[in-house]
Amino acid sequence: MIAGFSRRRLLAVGAGGVGAALLPPLAPAQAQEADTLARQLMGAFTAREGKVHLKIKEIAESGANEPIGVMVDSPMTATDHVTAIHVLAEGNPYPVVASWYLTPRSGRAEVNFRMRLAKTQVVRAYAVISDGAVWEARQEVKVSIGGCGG
Amino acid sequence: MANSERVKVRIPATAKKGEIIEIKTQVSHDMESGQRRDADGKPIPRRIITKFTCSWNDEPVISADWHQAVSANPFTSFFALASASGQIKLTWWDEGGEVYDYTHSIVVE
Repeated sequence: MIAGFSRRRLLAVGAGGVGAALLPPLAPAQAQEADTLARQLMGAFTAREGKVHLKIKEIAESGANEPIGVMVDSPMTATDHVTAIHVLAEGNPYPVVASWYLTPRSGRAEVNFRMRLAKTQVVRAYAVISDGAVWEARQEVKVSIGGCGG
Repeated sequence: MANSERVKVRIPATAKKGEIIEIKTQVSHDMESGQRRDADGKPIPRRIITKFTCSWNDEPVISADWHQAVSANPFTSFFALASASGQIKLTWWDEGGEVYDYTHSIVVE
């Protein structure tokens, strides 16, 4: 909520004609929206970097159909397993791409799929562990042809 | 229910108990994002698959919520722990109300 308020306020300041120089660059606003959505998915959390391996090209040939793989270091036992993997693309019209819910029967904490990327941006992958810990990885992907339709 | 003609899978027919097998699937679907416009400039309504599940003898293996940035003709691969012979069931829910099912029989030795 705080992020949403401050973003609106900053936009209002810009609209009030105080000057474009006071507006933050676009990227932080995108990151704030992704932060807000991540909290909607996982509640209040503190993510640590590590354990999550994000397999995605640094330069996407087409933003329409980009392979992405998320692997998490986890024994996937009944007492210690990944319960969720969330993929967010900060610069997409709606940043949440997919949420995967795993069980010990998943055997291995890995999902692969294909996603759309509207433009050059940061892709995030979060993993929620059965003890409540959250781990994350981020990677910037350069996109030459956006994939959300025109 | 008959397997959906939209669905293609690559899943082994047999596995050893305790083995982790890979499940590869693709479902034929436009995943219309709602971001595109037609030739007259009118927005094309969004219609995507929003939910996917995989179960093994009715026990959940993995499930997913999908949004508009999942690509057309969604391909996915993931893993499953071979527990017992039986049915691996894959189901996709489209927000227009259609459901696509695929059931694969597997023998676990």
